[in-house]
Amino acid sequence: MKKIIGVPAIMFMLASPVLAEDIKIGISLGFTGPLESLAPAMNNGAQMAIAEVAKSKSLLGGSNVVAVTGDSTCADTAAAVATGERLVTAENVNAIVGAMCSGATQAVLEGVAMPNGIVMISGSATAPVLSTVEDNGLFFRTAPSDARSAEVLAEILKEEGYKSIAITYVNNDYGKGLGSAIESNFVAGGGSVTINAGHEENKGDYSADAAALAQAGGDILVVAGYADGGGGTIIQESLDRGSFETFFLPDGMYADSLTKTFGTQINGSFGASAGTDSPGDATFKSLFADAGHEYNVYAGEYYDAAALIMLAMQAAGSSSSSDLKGHVMDVANAPGEKIYPGELAKAMKILADGGDVDYVGASAVELIGPGESGGSYLQYEVQNGKFETVKYR
Amino acid sequence: MIDIVNAITLLANYIIVPSLAYGSQLALGALGITMVYAVLRFSNFAHGEIMSFGTMISIFMIWLIQSLGISIQPLPTALLALPFSIIATIILLLGLDKVVFRYYQNQRVQPVTFMIVSVGVMFFLAGLIRFFIGTSKKNFDDGERFIIKASEFKQITGLAEGLSIRTTQAITVIVTLLLVTYIFWFLNKTKTGKSMRAFSDNEDLALLSGIKPNQVIVITWVLVGILASVAGTLYGLDKGYKPFVYLQLVLPIFAAAIVGGVGNPLGAVLGGYIIAFSEAFITFAYKRFLTYLVPEEWAPQGLVQMLSTEYKFAVSFVLLVIVLLIKPTGLFRGRTL
Repeated sequence: MKKIIGVPAIMFMLASPVLAEDIKIGISLGFTGPLESLAPAMNNGAQMAIAEVAKSKSLLGGSNVVAVTGDSTCADTAAAVATGERLVTAENVNAIVGAMCSGATQAVLEGVAMPNGIVMISGSATAPVLSTVEDNGLFFRTAPSDARSAEVLAEILKEEGYKSIAITYVNNDYGKGLGSAIESNFVAGGGSVTINAGHEENKGDYSADAAALAQAGGDILVVAGYADGGGGTIIQESLDRGSFETFFLPDGMYADSLTKTFGTQINGSFGASAGTDSPGDATFKSLFADAGHEYNVYAGEYYDAAALIMLAMQAAGSSSSSDLKGHVMDVANAPGEKIYPGELAKAMKILADGGDVDYVGASAVELIGPGESGGSYLQYEVQNGKFETVKYR
Repeated sequence: MIDIVNAITLLANYIIVPSLAYGSQLALGALGITMVYAVLRFSNFAHGEIMSFGTMISIFMIWLIQSLGISIQPLPTALLALPFSIIATIILLLGLDKVVFRYYQNQRVQPVTFMIVSVGVMFFLAGLIRFFIGTSKKNFDDGERFIIKASEFKQITGLAEGLSIRTTQAITVIVTLLLVTYIFWFLNKTKTGKSMRAFSDNEDLALLSGIKPNQVIVITWVLVGILASVAGTLYGLDKGYKPFVYLQLVLPIFAAAIVGGVGNPLGAVLGGYIIAFSEAFITFAYKRFLTYLVPEEWAPQGLVQMLSTEYKFAVSFVLLVIVLLIKPTGLFRGRTL
């Protein structure tokens, strides 16, 4: 009797080239802090990819894969590093999805990922500095750099006919990088910038900031900040004092909480964020809605970030970061069969059979240069108190 | 002449009105901190979270009152919720006193130990608040938003500059005025108030003359509870409630208390306004203001800004350092820390 059970078991083990194991993927996002309203959707995006693969039992010979979440807080880099440290040393994660904000991401990369040789893929860290930072080939991002975004943003401002702009940015890696990049691109395009001033996050009062901006004047106020933080409050102050009526809203401000607060008061305000009209985006959104999640910006990028990690593991035939880091670019880019959201099991099978995939995913992933997304953008405008997508570029 | 009126309106719109409201909120906070320092002799770092707790109760009560369909339009429902929030905050403080602070009081520990204890209480409260109400931003101002809008003001007066006054700003200033007047009357005219001041001046002498220390401590916490919940609710009403911000609010509040002279109630109130106004005046760009006042050819090209707004945070601390160097007891003769 024992033999009869034993034989199929041995046969099964021979059939799978890799031994099934428990794989852990860390998800480190700013669940608390100035961008906390965006974190749940990002988390759900990453979790969805992981659940999809776990359910299919297709990764590395039927290995189980689970997500471990941690709070990277966005603004508090020390807390982000502590969280990363916990994920790597206590939870023994194989790779990390995140962190969310650029400052936290760089801190975790330098403080945790590089010393431990852990791969990190962020879906939302967009600071230009992350393109050039030393990363030992461990860091990738499915979101484009702000240096690229700023070009697009300045172009949109010009197309909409604005000649002079005032800029306020949140004083961190993200805001400062984006603010100065918009300024240089806009000035290079022949426009003028009346003021480019920073504001601190989580301050008690922003009337002084709003006052300085109002005095400088300008046709439109560019708010390179956070919807739930100082950026939102500065819009409030500017509306109340009657100094600005239209606002230019980059991705950090593209949150439904903003339109919920201001409604029709900010009609006509516009901006652009990473986004695509590729079929993958629509597929992802409907899958996301079917799963009962509320969509928000960068949810798709995080789905892609988690998916890339697992695809690279499959391509490398190993769950260790040192092996998978060399395969991220291969699975993300051509050649190979195009993979859309919901098709991760299929991709796993192709890779297991020795084939090649070109992961498209939710955000039309195409990794360039130092392992970051080339980027496609969606332009939105506030109409009737709601963000409406105007076009893709 | 019209130019001068325009220039003054500009200052009123961008500096005076917002700073008066912000200054009032800081003043109420600083008054609470200063009272704890004067009577209980420690720096209460948990004060920001106590304010946050009061605001949280206000929000819960507002939701309840709204669901009952009661409203006092055009005034915000928050005014109805305030008494409940005050009571809850007082109960919280008396509970904390009994469970935490009283123990250390009886041990007669060093002020520095006490301060660390208050930091512990701060973290505990921060966690508790997030547990109950979450971390997202909540706006609970349901009253009429403006007394006068900038555009309306321009239409009525025909001036080039607008002046807007939010209802919440007016409420903040009026409530602060009433509360501060009441506290000063209480401290200076009533027997309990006098015994509090005596206890603050010299504890041993006060005990000898028959003042009951327990009573003084309880009354202090009651007053601090009133001040903290009102300050927190007014702040949240004016700027939106977000638990994260109340932690940061402790810094300017402490600056206000120390600049005014810690332990001195009058100093705390004025300190609040000094901090609020200096932040605004020093980081303000005077370009348009000067353009109204000087002949056209002298009009400034640049922003005429003393300090960029990024350094706004530094203003209150530079002020703090200057005061501590020149007059260590603060502007109004408090104690040295």
